[in-house]
Amino acid sequence: MKIGVLALQGDFIEHIAILRSIGVDALEVRLPAHLDSLDGLIIPGGESTAIGKLAAAYGLIEPLRDFGVKRAIWGTCAGAILLSDDVHRDQPLLGLMHIQVERNAFGRQVASFETAIDIPALKKVAPQGGPYPAIFIRAPLIEKVGEGVQILAQLEDGRIVAAQQGRLLATSFHPELTDDHRVHQYFVERAREN
Amino acid sequence: MEQELGTFAVKKGLAQMLKGGVIMDVVTPEHARIAEDAGAVAVMALERVPADIRADGGVARMSDPELILKIMDTVSIPVMAKCRIGHFVEAQILEAIGVDYIDESEVLTPADEQHHINKHGFKVPFVCGCRNLGEALRRIGEGAAMMRTKGEAGTGDVIEAVRHARSVLGEIRRVQNMPEEEVMSFAKELSAPYEVLMETRSLGRMPVVNFAAGGIATPADAAMMMQLGVDGVFVGSGIFKSGDPARRAAAIVKAVAHFNDPYILAEVSRNLGEPMVGRQISAIPEGELLAGRGW
Repeated sequence: MKIGVLALQGDFIEHIAILRSIGVDALEVRLPAHLDSLDGLIIPGGESTAIGKLAAAYGLIEPLRDFGVKRAIWGTCAGAILLSDDVHRDQPLLGLMHIQVERNAFGRQVASFETAIDIPALKKVAPQGGPYPAIFIRAPLIEKVGEGVQILAQLEDGRIVAAQQGRLLATSFHPELTDDHRVHQYFVERAREN
Repeated sequence: MEQELGTFAVKKGLAQMLKGGVIMDVVTPEHARIAEDAGAVAVMALERVPADIRADGGVARMSDPELILKIMDTVSIPVMAKCRIGHFVEAQILEAIGVDYIDESEVLTPADEQHHINKHGFKVPFVCGCRNLGEALRRIGEGAAMMRTKGEAGTGDVIEAVRHARSVLGEIRRVQNMPEEEVMSFAKELSAPYEVLMETRSLGRMPVVNFAAGGIATPADAAMMMQLGVDGVFVGSGIFKSGDPARRAAAIVKAVAHFNDPYILAEVSRNLGEPMVGRQISAIPEGELLAGRGW
């Protein structure tokens, strides 16, 4: 099992460390050739505009779209923005998931927060597990989901913070900043379905 | 379930999202737009870049909140702003207008010659400058959620940035290779808080993100700092004091993303136009150096 982490910008090292700690080969992806032979890819947190521009500049947009048709991709925060097909503004997107996303939906950094959320799907990897510690940093929200998209987690007021479309996964929070690796395990299971 | 705002995890977490990126000094909304279009991960909103602060002399203070707010309205990326060392009311004002990060910066004229701001009391995160590990760990002890090596701002001369990064990273290597019983005495030598030094030793790095700053003017400068082991770079005067800011900004962004690939570095270094003129640090009188500010 080999999972790549898009390493153009953002907290890719945190994802790589967690993948290795759960026994997965993890590789940095900066150029299209680095996608060869991967079973899945994580697009990390970071600034979605910077990651998108660098991906476009080095010819990664189309190869990433092709990859997402056949393999598993998980986007955290900025990565979720890049996976979406609508963010209400002009910036490079992969458009792989039928989700509409609002960037910085909670406001600026002073509104960033931690909370515990329920993610029922995690029972598949950890039947005894409780609520998940979610860290939201200038976080986006998933405003609407389209056809074939399943909602994985919502805040208490119903706002959507995690969604899945087949092997594609989007979370507006940062599992890579916590010691709870259940979402990483859940994603690795999606990558195994290839 | 309860939402906790302004925890240390979300403060240092934002800096983690900026890693592998370039934070650019901007003095107008137009600059901010150019920086965002070039792929900056954040901008530092200020009235004058350090090269002009240096040239103008006089007291350098927090920028007009009106300018900072205009820049915040212009871009979707995080906006940082500087307050003077120890000036906790400037920091309160910057927090009130909603900036994403405060830089308690030696580039401005210090307001307190003994004490820095107690940064634990704020919801907004702080970044601070350091020349060595002791200075960095004192700032983290006060609540800083991100560090940057100081370099010498406004010069375009990278030598101090290299000196400070080598000093910090070298001292981390030293403490990692030290038996535990020697750490207390090393903490005393560095004037560093013992607990934060022990944490640094077990992590093999500072417990917060560390960028390089001060004198970075070219893609090669930026990539060198990355190869030395910092997490990202600040570029101040180096972009908007150069001949073609948009092109240079985009080139430095690419150089930081591909810092280990000399072929890409060669490609992005071509045809950038005039770099900032710069001032050799060895020719600047000691009293005019900024990096010595901070305690």
